[in-house]
Amino acid sequence: MEIGLTHYLTVASILFVIGIFGIFLNRKNVIIILMSIELMLLAVNINFVAFSTHLNDLGGQVFTMFVLTVAAAEAAIGLAILVCFHRNRGTIAVEDVAMMKG
Amino acid sequence: MIQALAFYMFAITAVIAGTLVVFARNPVHSVLWLILSFFATAGLFVLMGAEFLAMLLMIIYVGAVAVLFLFVVMMLDVDFAELRGRVAQYLPLGLAIGVILIIQLSIGFAAWSEGPTVGPVAAADNTTNAHELGAVVYTKYVYAFQASGLILLVAMIGAIVLTLRTRDGVKKQDVLAQMYRDPKTAVELKDVRPGQSL
Repeated sequence: MEIGLTHYLTVASILFVIGIFGIFLNRKNVIIILMSIELMLLAVNINFVAFSTHLNDLGGQVFTMFVLTVAAAEAAIGLAILVCFHRNRGTIAVEDVAMMKG
Repeated sequence: MIQALAFYMFAITAVIAGTLVVFARNPVHSVLWLILSFFATAGLFVLMGAEFLAMLLMIIYVGAVAVLFLFVVMMLDVDFAELRGRVAQYLPLGLAIGVILIIQLSIGFAAWSEGPTVGPVAAADNTTNAHELGAVVYTKYVYAFQASGLILLVAMIGAIVLTLRTRDGVKKQDVLAQMYRDPKTAVELKDVRPGQSL
């Protein structure tokens, strides 16, 4: 049985939906939300690489590289904000973030 | 055949690990499942012929991002069981949105028709994936590449600025003060009289 583009797209879409689902399921825990976002970016990367292979065009792989860069930067900044917030408030519950008054 | 077997192995591992990232009770376990998911995806990348990106995924995600997550999870003194909250309350909404998204994706996928492909995946002459990527990245996408470098620099400075704090009462070496010390100010002569203390 030949493994084609469709198979990879299916895996990517399942991972993406899991990521969305994770955000809704763990609404209070910012760390899990960040991890869910990483999962969604991973799904996008699978899509990029699958189409890059399918169309025999390297552009998709280059953009996957940029997505990786931005995802790493986002994770670093997000966790830094989290550490900063935890230092000030002593909690990381998302509901409290809405009440950040100065 | 062996390719199909490898694909299904990696794909099932990635999906199961992704599910467990979301459902694990302990955030440390979540991070470990995330690492497994990235490993499986790197396997998928290799199957698709993107070896360089697979290695990049290993180095960046497993080596840096996942360790950063692990570090933060372990450093923060947070009661995660309390944060976990009422999962049952959020479950219906999450499930509804997930199902809607799946329906949308499958509708879009059903309407999609494949255009004429450029050709089969050419494992062209003797160049490797890394060579080909390098040839493109430093020529056609050079500005985007530099911009991504700038993003990383800004992220690095931002993370340092956000987490840096100056605390009182920390004993630090003051190099300038040490250099400006001379015998005149460092040594003081006291005339101690008999029967008295300083």
